[in-house]
Amino acid sequence: MTGNRVYLKGNEALAYGALEAGLNAYFAYPITPSSEIPETLAKEFGNKKYPEYKFFLQAASELEAINMVIGAASGGARAMTATSSPGFSLKQEGLSYAACMELPLLIADICRAGPGLGNLGPEQSDYFQGTKGGGHGDYRLIVLAPATVQEMASLPRLGFDLAFKYRNPVLILGDAFTGQLKEDVEFPEFTPEHYEVSSWATTGAKGRPPHILNSLELDFQKHYKHLGSIYEKYRHAQENEVRFEEYKTEDADSVIVSFGIASRIAKGAVNRMRSRGVKAGLFRPITLWPFPKIQLKRLASEGKRFLDVELNSGQMLEDVKLAVGDGVTVNFLGKWGGIVPTEAEIENKLKRLEVVAV
Amino acid sequence: MTQTIYKTKLGKLESLTETPTHYCAGCEHGTLTRLIAAAVDELGIREKTVMIDSVGCSVLAYNYLNFDHIVAAHGRAPAVANGLKRVHPELTVFTVQGDGDAASIGLLELVYAAQRATPITVFLVNNAIYGMTGGQMAPTTLEGQVTTTTPLGRDVHLTGTPLDASKLLAGIDGAAYVKRASLAVQEISSARGKVYTIRNLLDAKKSVENAFKVQALGGFAFVELLSTCSINWKLSILESKRFVNETVVKKFPLGLYKDTLGVEKK
Repeated sequence: MTGNRVYLKGNEALAYGALEAGLNAYFAYPITPSSEIPETLAKEFGNKKYPEYKFFLQAASELEAINMVIGAASGGARAMTATSSPGFSLKQEGLSYAACMELPLLIADICRAGPGLGNLGPEQSDYFQGTKGGGHGDYRLIVLAPATVQEMASLPRLGFDLAFKYRNPVLILGDAFTGQLKEDVEFPEFTPEHYEVSSWATTGAKGRPPHILNSLELDFQKHYKHLGSIYEKYRHAQENEVRFEEYKTEDADSVIVSFGIASRIAKGAVNRMRSRGVKAGLFRPITLWPFPKIQLKRLASEGKRFLDVELNSGQMLEDVKLAVGDGVTVNFLGKWGGIVPTEAEIENKLKRLEVVAV
Repeated sequence: MTQTIYKTKLGKLESLTETPTHYCAGCEHGTLTRLIAAAVDELGIREKTVMIDSVGCSVLAYNYLNFDHIVAAHGRAPAVANGLKRVHPELTVFTVQGDGDAASIGLLELVYAAQRATPITVFLVNNAIYGMTGGQMAPTTLEGQVTTTTPLGRDVHLTGTPLDASKLLAGIDGAAYVKRASLAVQEISSARGKVYTIRNLLDAKKSVENAFKVQALGGFAFVELLSTCSINWKLSILESKRFVNETVVKKFPLGLYKDTLGVEKK
């Protein structure tokens, strides 16, 4: 795959991206619209191009799959699973344990419309569940949001890097649209970074004291300290791992804040507005956690007008409002239930805001 | 004649740490811990063994067994064991789970580990009750048995009859070794009056060793170990042992349920 330009679905690109990133083991449970990920990885299992890819297994449930990932990650392997929203709810138990056990693992949620079974169309309604912990207890996932099929292919590399660097689960939060969309993708030459796991992985206590990967700590003081060290790690990630894209924001009067597939439509709207002389721009968080709050605060201090566009009823909106602070209005355009906004809708929404502002 | 249960008698085992256990007096969890340590030492596999601890009274085993440990969520230990075993096939990977953990909330994980012939070993400690949470009904609670959630005794018309995990797993193609043993010492009459025999423990020890041997041969091994919970049964320790040997075994008969690799004969 490396070096070639290929035409792939987003889900297929994510699977190949994980393989290029040195995937060792994949544990599957099928759910629409994410199933091309396990299908691609089943097809490529045994391909000599991926000598590091040692194991593929379809589990009997979402719970079984995430716990198999936990077992493989405990052994220091690059392990992964993927799911879609109803399945992502079931993954939360495992993610809570993995965060406390400080396990590096990668999970993708190809978000569909919820709640409940919802439908198979795109939503970004798992933003809260992805960025605020999701399972029980106080923990965070590092959350990456692809907006293109190219990013579906490249984010697994960053995902595994961050997972091992921080020993924390990493979530790629896509949506039905980016999963099903077909685009040209490139896989540049890449050698996965090596992370030493011998200080913690459970590979047999030979010539060293046993390694115990555990979320249980009955001693309150010890648990307080352990969680404190995890929160210190999160603080470090917040300072160092924020990623975002700014598009024509420099001279913009109005800035659309949007991520994933919604941000692509927003970018189209920005281009339309620019073509008729309106100074619009786009701010796109790539890391939804850590959230680029300092960068948004800076834009707010420049007096920009904000419009948040999401495929939900206003989830990231809360983080955007927190970032820009009191006294800055953040307008909102949301679509849900599998519906996406058109460029014209976004444009019209901004137009109306301009009228109000004048 | 003295019966020697460990080759090292009661000497120091490399697989056992020196931490005193938290188990209640008379509880067989400590017995199983020692049997596992003895088996691992005898097989010489301590440095290549990883235990998956489960939720329940077995969860603190990482304090006692001198291996690497992963502590799994309630019921998920076989799935975690599977994940580790697949990326490190050179390891011996096993779980110790209670009846609530393995036969209730984790039944899917247990059944599918067996169904796929996953080369791991599962020890199920069946004391017919949820011990750590304070004595609630377990899937294995006997008909009429009083627990905190069956104060009038288990009503099998409402809650079903006790789940026989060994029988269930023996019916699954992928399981290579299924054995039910007992960890409760047995009272017998002799010329000197009543004495206690450790015949059950010797059989349990053999079962533990065989279960590891089955894994080395690439098979899925399951050993159910009948145990007591005198605190939650509200019986004395000796009454509890008697209850296992006289009553529990009627519902859960001891014996070899399956041995496709023939390890018991060897």
